[in-house]
Amino acid sequence: MNKADYKNVWVYIENVEGTPKSVGLELLGPAREIAGAMGQKLVAVVISSAAEESVKAAVAYGADEVIVIEGPEYKDYTTDAYVNALYEVVQKYKPAALMIGATNNGRDMAPRVSSRIGTGLTADCTQLAYDAESDNVAWTRPAFGGNLMATILCPDTRPQIGTVRPGVFKKKTPDAKRKAEIVREKIHVPADQIRTKILKVFKEAGGEGVNLEDADVIVSGGRGLGKPENFKVVEELAKALGGVVGASRAAVDAEWISHAHQVGQTGKTVAPKLYIACGISGAIQHVAGMSGSDVIVAINKDPDAPIFDIADYGVVGDLFEVVPALTEEVRKLKA
Amino acid sequence: MNILVCVKQVPDTTEIKIDPVTKTLIRAGVPSIVNPYDGYALEVAARIKDKEGGKVVLLSMGPPQAKDAIKECLAVGGDKGYLVSDRAFGGADTLATSYTLTMAIKTVEELEGKFDIIFCGKQAIDGDTAQVGPEIAEHLGYPQVTYAVEAEMVNGELQVKRETEDGAELIGVQLPALVTVTKPHFEIRYPTVKSKLAANRAEIPTLTAADVKNVETGRLGLAGSPTKVKKSFTPDVSKKGVKIKEETGAESAKKLAALLSAAGVM
Repeated sequence: MNKADYKNVWVYIENVEGTPKSVGLELLGPAREIAGAMGQKLVAVVISSAAEESVKAAVAYGADEVIVIEGPEYKDYTTDAYVNALYEVVQKYKPAALMIGATNNGRDMAPRVSSRIGTGLTADCTQLAYDAESDNVAWTRPAFGGNLMATILCPDTRPQIGTVRPGVFKKKTPDAKRKAEIVREKIHVPADQIRTKILKVFKEAGGEGVNLEDADVIVSGGRGLGKPENFKVVEELAKALGGVVGASRAAVDAEWISHAHQVGQTGKTVAPKLYIACGISGAIQHVAGMSGSDVIVAINKDPDAPIFDIADYGVVGDLFEVVPALTEEVRKLKA
Repeated sequence: MNILVCVKQVPDTTEIKIDPVTKTLIRAGVPSIVNPYDGYALEVAARIKDKEGGKVVLLSMGPPQAKDAIKECLAVGGDKGYLVSDRAFGGADTLATSYTLTMAIKTVEELEGKFDIIFCGKQAIDGDTAQVGPEIAEHLGYPQVTYAVEAEMVNGELQVKRETEDGAELIGVQLPALVTVTKPHFEIRYPTVKSKLAANRAEIPTLTAADVKNVETGRLGLAGSPTKVKKSFTPDVSKKGVKIKEETGAESAKKLAALLSAAGVM
């Protein structure tokens, strides 16, 4: 492997039913800066049966070039077809770095691509930088339940690959007038080489998908709620603020609310404008998923709860008094 | 069904504390446990064995004390356990780890027969990478299903319910296959006194680097790891925030609303 043959920073734009997932567009921001520091191009890669919307978005959010692999076999994500397609274009064009959103499908695909190539992969990064001294991407990620951060380099093999948590980086302002080169690749996978088949799809009970990553306001509940019915006070405040309901691992483990709402190291990473933690002690694994929020409010009756160490506004008090009263205040202010 | 479950012994990360002065992990006194996701994987495997017959073999890579983790698993559904342990494996990243485990699986298959399904936990709670399972599948050339919450044999086909961001999907997969398991909706079984005693008496063969067949030594341990840790540090996210504690909850709420409104976040 001659490292000098590998150029450009790639971002994989995950596409679901013709629409790009936010994380790919988020990644174009830091990837642009790294590509700039390296003096190289920013390239987006789209694999889909309906790629156009994602291609347009990738250009508007800053890609210099978009590689598109389109075909009917890419209608739904399958490990075999997607890994093959991404592997083929990587072998052909030889990027220096490849960034993939750490969604379920992104984390399914990335380790197969990296190990097929025999290169390094860093999982679930929350910070990205360019290490000019060694000419490597510096991938920083939490480990040990968020207790420790590690910065990882992949010095000898290319491409350097990493998955990056959704919700960590904010999307830049799109520019619909931007132009970029579009490269279309025909890569077909025979049906008998796709060894998994989707037999049935279940949408989460309760209808609406829980979109924590894109929310401007999140109101989360934890162990302090005491029982599942009490999530109602959290929901009321979220509704008044036009926000989304989150939860700590304790509340999810107790099965008071579904895992889709979980914020933290084993849940989602979020960075809303306003995060309100109700009855959440602030274990490091929760903090790992929300400390990037612009403004953090904590409501907890234990004055020594660690959540207060990271809160911009900490209310020491009974959440069952404070939260409903706050909901009333918000309604008045918004009226 | 001939089933393999990969298990890892991990520190209980919920018990880890940070030394406030040196800002380093305090690992002394932190209990070692079976990675919880591996426990779920074992339960899913044991449920298939209960219905279909066959056996569940356990494989772990780690220091000699990781035998304790294998023994715990033998008491809750495992039939036989193997430990892969050698200093030559130390410092391995996920690529080197998955290569080592893959070669160990092939060696164990010579004794136990070819495995129909290999189960792993979704990820280990110390590294949280979720990479080793899919990487083993890649080295073996097997199809994979990740984020499984259920798996059962239906008319000779393995059907796996896989968690997605907005629900789940049911996936049919050709065997042999590798499946990684996340938290299922059912409880895992408890050991009985009898199963614990039997597990404690079980012989657990250890495979060293010399015992694992056909390994390329350059692909093991630190030397076989393309990623290197440049530095590690403890996150410092503490802020000097405003504390609010009025006479009543309602007054505190009023003050908070006024502050948030003034800060322009509402």
